[in-house]
Amino acid sequence: MARAIKAENIVAAGFLVFAFTLPLFKGAYSVSMFAHYYIVAILALSMSLVWGYCGVFSFGAAAFYGVGAYAYAILSLSAGETALTPLYMLVAVLISTLLAAVIGYFMFYGGINDVFVALITLCVSLVLETFMAQTAGSQWSIAGVQLGGYNGINGIPTIHFGNQAITGIPFYYFVLFILLAVYIVLRMIKHRKAGYTLIAIRENRARSLLFGYNIEFIQMIVFALGGTVAGMAGVLYTAWGGYITPNSMGLIQATIPVVIVAAGGRKNMTAALVFAVIYAWFTQTLSATGSEYGNIIVGVSLIIAILFVPNGFIVAVFDWIDKFIGWATGKKKG
Amino acid sequence: MDLYSSIFNFMYLFIDSFGFLIISALGLAIIFGMMGIINLAHGEYIMLGAYITTLTAAAGMPFIIALLCGSLGVGLFGGIVDRLIIRHLYKRPLDSVVASWGVSLIMSQGMLVLMGPSIPGLSTPMGSINVGQFDYSVYRIFLGFLAIFIMIVLYVLFKKTKFGLHSRATMQNAVIARNLGINSDRMYCMTYILGSVLAGLAGALYAPTLSIVPTMGSNFMMLSFVTVVVGGADPMTGTLLSGGLLSLFNGGLSMIFGTLMGRLGLLVVAILFIRVLPEGFSGLVERQTLRVNRKKQEAISNGESN
Repeated sequence: MARAIKAENIVAAGFLVFAFTLPLFKGAYSVSMFAHYYIVAILALSMSLVWGYCGVFSFGAAAFYGVGAYAYAILSLSAGETALTPLYMLVAVLISTLLAAVIGYFMFYGGINDVFVALITLCVSLVLETFMAQTAGSQWSIAGVQLGGYNGINGIPTIHFGNQAITGIPFYYFVLFILLAVYIVLRMIKHRKAGYTLIAIRENRARSLLFGYNIEFIQMIVFALGGTVAGMAGVLYTAWGGYITPNSMGLIQATIPVVIVAAGGRKNMTAALVFAVIYAWFTQTLSATGSEYGNIIVGVSLIIAILFVPNGFIVAVFDWIDKFIGWATGKKKG
Repeated sequence: MDLYSSIFNFMYLFIDSFGFLIISALGLAIIFGMMGIINLAHGEYIMLGAYITTLTAAAGMPFIIALLCGSLGVGLFGGIVDRLIIRHLYKRPLDSVVASWGVSLIMSQGMLVLMGPSIPGLSTPMGSINVGQFDYSVYRIFLGFLAIFIMIVLYVLFKKTKFGLHSRATMQNAVIARNLGINSDRMYCMTYILGSVLAGLAGALYAPTLSIVPTMGSNFMMLSFVTVVVGGADPMTGTLLSGGLLSLFNGGLSMIFGTLMGRLGLLVVAILFIRVLPEGFSGLVERQTLRVNRKKQEAISNGESN
């Protein structure tokens, strides 16, 4: 694993080159769409941290995504001071982190694990969606911002640095920068003591507990960090599109990160990242070309992935390339 | 509203919600309880049942035949899905979540492609009765009682038949069950089909009361999930008790604050409940039974020593 030339690193480097040079050879629309795909990738990384590293199978990413998005929308619209948007962004991310910490506290200190975490977090997402969907009346407003029921909130300002609105190519690089920051931090953790602790908890909770790890606390912290990353994705999405609706916390939104991470390869950050971008690009292209078979193709590919490459599509490709490298350099796989 | 009619109103809301929760959750509960698999396509199975029933009834069949077609048709479909996909995932419950999500995407989109955005629904049978200032649908009261009847049938199936014995053995310990000569793969397959039949039945029974659209499954999905969460792993007692508790809150809150608060209250109750009893009603019942048994045994051994 110490070897630098392996498929995961090659793909990561290739992705880096591709992402940085994309605005040179693509038009403004594609660049904007790719910014959106990276936001999906950030959400997938949140899932990969919580589920892939720590083994907590949660549908909560959608809830924290939505809370971050709504918090940013309400803050930036009620104050109306665009120069402060980076601050609002931080506050919104903090709110979703806190929410995740509180829910995590209730669950993990209550001895809830495995499939029950999934069910509870799904309920949380659905409660938030149901609540937000009925806020159509004028009595539902926070600090003068109408919540707008199913129509959601519109006209939300993007992120500003000083007087400069971040849109187009600068926004693309801003999202890319955050994506890479999250990715690099998470990959660095993996081979530190913290990462090994998380993997130990994933592999065997009882044994880690007997080794003296405070697993409730660690699970709660990881869950909260997952909330941070998901909330960040939500804020970026709001800033990107300028709107937010309750759908962002619904059943579909809650399951998509799970599906991406499971099909890409949940124990591998690079796989989750690359597959999220591919998935988002693929579904977007299918729906843009007006194909009514879009969801069917997605469904079939998920089933094929689960049946034939259970570790994930991308991880399977990585393994295959690694074997090839090993064969080409005449060494055994490291 | 006088006292009599408000009591009736509450009873109606309770029975309606009770029937809905139990009927829509049973299929999910049986598959989850027996196999540990969360069937994310459950809502779409219900949708398929509703479509088959509506189409057969529209073709001139009597409603009861259409009902049978709906539930058995979905059972057949579930059997095919099980043989093609789910049987490879019996030992990987989390992967089966992803796979069944794929099935659900294919089904709702496929139905949209096949049948268009909606088909004309059926009229609700059995008419209505008038109490106080409101009209109440007799059919929905009937469904509440039918839910209890279905529970009784399932109780007999699981407690009094050989199939039930074998399936409970497989549920408790698949390895030992196999060693005793039970074909556990076949038990899983049959359980999955039974769950699908019940999902189809739910769709068939509620088809006349809802608009028939490809996305109708998601209405059922959330409530049946919550019922199963609160009920826990035992599909019989768990579902029955959790349906009762949740519809008590749902009925009460709906009557006072309206449908939406009823729905929200139900979800909040579910979350608080699961915080106190993470294994749902099943865990509670199991612990109580163990305690009673232990007391009995203590009494017996005390009697012997005296």
